[in-house]
Amino acid sequence: MQDEPTPIELTRAVVDFLREDIAPMISGHHAFKLRVAINILELVIRQSTLQEGSDAKEAERLTGLLAMNGSLMELNRVLAERIAEGALDLSTAGLAEHLWQTTMDKLAVDQPNYASYRRELARYKEK
Amino acid sequence: MMEEKLARCVASWYPGATGITTPAKLSGGASQETWRFDIVHPDGNFGAILRRAPSGYGAAPSRAAGLHAEARLMQLAFEAGVPSPRVLYLLRVEDDLGTGFIMQRVEGETIARKILREEEFAGARPKLARQLGAVLAGIHGLPRAHLPKLRRMTATKELDEFERDYRNLGWPKPVFELALRWLRKHDPGPSAEVTLVHGDFRNGNLVIGPDGVRAVLDWELAHLGDPMEDLGWVCVNSWRFGEIDNPVGGFGSREELFAGYLAAGRRVDKARVMFWEVMGTLRWGLMCGGMMQRFRQGPDHSMERAMIGRRASETEIDLLRLLAPRGS
Repeated sequence: MQDEPTPIELTRAVVDFLREDIAPMISGHHAFKLRVAINILELVIRQSTLQEGSDAKEAERLTGLLAMNGSLMELNRVLAERIAEGALDLSTAGLAEHLWQTTMDKLAVDQPNYASYRRELARYKEK
Repeated sequence: MMEEKLARCVASWYPGATGITTPAKLSGGASQETWRFDIVHPDGNFGAILRRAPSGYGAAPSRAAGLHAEARLMQLAFEAGVPSPRVLYLLRVEDDLGTGFIMQRVEGETIARKILREEEFAGARPKLARQLGAVLAGIHGLPRAHLPKLRRMTATKELDEFERDYRNLGWPKPVFELALRWLRKHDPGPSAEVTLVHGDFRNGNLVIGPDGVRAVLDWELAHLGDPMEDLGWVCVNSWRFGEIDNPVGGFGSREELFAGYLAAGRRVDKARVMFWEVMGTLRWGLMCGGMMQRFRQGPDHSMERAMIGRRASETEIDLLRLLAPRGS
């Protein structure tokens, strides 16, 4: 077992330093690059926070849909093949729900401010 | 170096030019560059843009029309009254500046988010969707006989390229598979009418002023094909920049776009437009993947390129919204 602080806490400390101490000192192209850098670190934090839970649920759904076991990569490759062959499509029970949930979990990490995601998230919460 | 050559070049064809201001590089990768400079003249400076592929980068990417074709198309558009920069000069071998051209610089804004949010453009925004329809009608109406040699594309050929690009990623994306399958099934076949297609007509490639559209830029993906492709591409959600309820570049409705197009005497096939919007959404998703590959394998190891790889999922949610909408 590794010691504390966690990778998330360590990365957060770097983000705070860049944002509070470095950002006010620079401008122009470097300021733009710094914003990109901070965005990357925040994505890493989101993925570190969320991935374990979303991967486990995705694997569970895939195991049910495909009636087989395997790594997440293997299961996704099989799902992709079956969609390509037409063996599974939107009329397959659970497929649309699976793709939606998986995509929502990706956006939660990649671009939680993306307008389509926010719209769908609000719709989901209404239910 | 480059500045001296450019000054010498300009002096050879611009009457009365006494020099140029220092060129500033606006954008460009290894193969294509865009520079901004002023031609100095006693009657007042003239704003200009140089687009070029430096020597040694002769081979354009396979999809690009080539810089000379681009110049020819912009000049044709300008002459036909389509908002477009005037092309001033085609580079020659003796200029020693590579291949490319010099054009008039059209002042205005190209950054989509500013156009969508700044007060300066508040008066123009409600008019833009319709105006874009009229501009596209102008582009599609350019006489075939005058066009330079261009690729002839069909949805089927484009889908083959998508499929190859997707398989090259080597990373399973079930939503992209679903979209590919949907597109194969809904491919409307070759268009009865084949016209010039701009190929990248969208918010971000337009110069906008408070008065509306001033110029259409970035003709490098121009080809011959289904005119409905341009109408679909301009509606792709990625080019609405957050204004997701205004399909046409975040400005307005499809109906306004179509009205502007119809008023110019052209026909709209709505089913084809929707097909091309799905095509376009997948296309941008694959382009995001391609940029990620360049980050991983190639010379451009920048943070921006890396992050674009993580934008492919934006097109996945947009594809689902188009193909499997929830709770509607």
